[in-house]
Amino acid sequence: MQYWNPTYECMHREEMTRVQTARLIDTVKRVYHNVPYYREKMQKAGIEPGDINSLEDLKKLPFTYKQDLRDTYPYGLFAAPLSEIVRIHASSGTTGKQTVVGYTRKDIDTWAEVAARTLVSAGADRNSFIQVAYGYGLFTGGLGIHYGAERLGASVIPISGGNTKRQIQIMKDFGTTVLACTPSYALYMAEEMEEMGIKKEDLKLKAGVFGAEPWSENMRKEIEERFGILAIDIYGLSEVIGPGVATECPCKCGLHIQEDHFIPEIIDPVTEEVLPEGSKGELVFTTVTKEGLPLLRYRTRDISSLTYEKCECGRTSVRMSKVSGRSDDMLIIRGVNVFPSQVESVLLEFGETAPHYLMIVDRIDNLDVLEIWVEVNQAMFSDQVKRIEDVENKIRKAIEVTLGINAKVKLVEPKTIERNEGKAKRVIDKRKI
Amino acid sequence: MLVKQISVFLENKSGRLAEVTKVLADNNINISALSIADTTDFGILRIIVNNPDKAEKVLKDNDFAVSSTEVIAIAVPDQPGGLEKALRVLNEESIGIEYMYAFVGKTEDEALVILRIEALEEAADKLVKNGVKVLSADNVYKL
Repeated sequence: MQYWNPTYECMHREEMTRVQTARLIDTVKRVYHNVPYYREKMQKAGIEPGDINSLEDLKKLPFTYKQDLRDTYPYGLFAAPLSEIVRIHASSGTTGKQTVVGYTRKDIDTWAEVAARTLVSAGADRNSFIQVAYGYGLFTGGLGIHYGAERLGASVIPISGGNTKRQIQIMKDFGTTVLACTPSYALYMAEEMEEMGIKKEDLKLKAGVFGAEPWSENMRKEIEERFGILAIDIYGLSEVIGPGVATECPCKCGLHIQEDHFIPEIIDPVTEEVLPEGSKGELVFTTVTKEGLPLLRYRTRDISSLTYEKCECGRTSVRMSKVSGRSDDMLIIRGVNVFPSQVESVLLEFGETAPHYLMIVDRIDNLDVLEIWVEVNQAMFSDQVKRIEDVENKIRKAIEVTLGINAKVKLVEPKTIERNEGKAKRVIDKRKI
Repeated sequence: MLVKQISVFLENKSGRLAEVTKVLADNNINISALSIADTTDFGILRIIVNNPDKAEKVLKDNDFAVSSTEVIAIAVPDQPGGLEKALRVLNEESIGIEYMYAFVGKTEDEALVILRIEALEEAADKLVKNGVKVLSADNVYKL
């Protein structure tokens, strides 16, 4: 099986434009009438649904930012009544609050559809045994791939993350043929496998779909080598739907965007001007089939470029290049989105002004580690060791709760952290991806 | 009766202690007693100096995290059993000690002990009542 849905994946450009235009018009009407936040935004810009009649009119619409989701937390941007929302997911917000997304039954169906396309591009079919080692829970990774795999008719092993020795044993015993997890976790598993004395020949693994964090061609080669598989890059974000937004095909020359559902644009992150095909800039998506949380021109902050050339695989869907960076300061640590401002909001709870801090990210034995240096200020300091250790523990726990990952907290002396004129340098990323 | 002790936060990095002593030396401050409580990542330096207020100020000016704590200084006979008697008093009165450190003073037959206790005033009273020599702040600063 080469394509899950050739009708859309190999559609002629004119036909695709017609499909997208009709869906865009419907979506704009839907958000204008159901979402007060969007209606106000559009009215302020002097736009009505009647003004949107073609894809060229997309530029008339206002952008949507992560901040908008924060300002309407939790359900303010939903375009369907809550009784029709059958699933809620969340991902990291820029401060303590999460970014909340909601799905109607039809949205879950759409999601399974695009996730199935992702799996089929990696060569999966109904006979596959798909081990889903992305986290299950509020994060969209696990359940997203799960529903795609079930839609495909494959046998799903919903193992989620962690317990690596067991993962590997199961991979061997259950005959996993497709692995879904973050690329760094795959490398971590490869190490563990070696220690357990299990060779790639002992496994039935054929392919893997890896995403949720940036990874290099070198990492891909290593994964393919150590597991003896085809390793595919996949892309998604919860705001747009979750995993399934775009996927590489065996050509490995860009990720096909499921553009019958998500219309992409590339903009200049500073001027917000739309850039021509081939230019590098920030990826923006307009969802045209979602009912629960349709988004107009959502700024992803991911840097990429687009090409409309037909791919060797036969798919005509627009391709995005592998994400090469961010236009904001977000980090991805162990597959989790982390914003330095989250750390700041935690530290603000420990005094009137937030103490100075520095985040040091590194990758040791293929696992991302985060250490946060916090300068001791007068408010925090006490003559008693246990009081200081208490503060250290409280900070560490609060960070774990807010960020969703654990970090080592190191208290350092005042003025240890370099001061800068202008914006403080809050992150040192030692990882060489 | 209560003596001011200065505490300084130090990272477990070489040269930090030397830096503290330099600042004190540059400001003509003399250290009479010193102790360091250490953990894996940091330490707390506790010092008794001849001018605690000045020490606190100059260390803060030099970007150290500093605090001052009240402690009791007692003098015990510098011989076996000298300390035991004082501790027995505290024990009998169910007074717990947070930490302590000892140093030899300028007098030949006395050793000086710094004690950090929760109920300082009460402890000082009890010690005096039981014949333990509790030093006044001025005495300690003059050492």
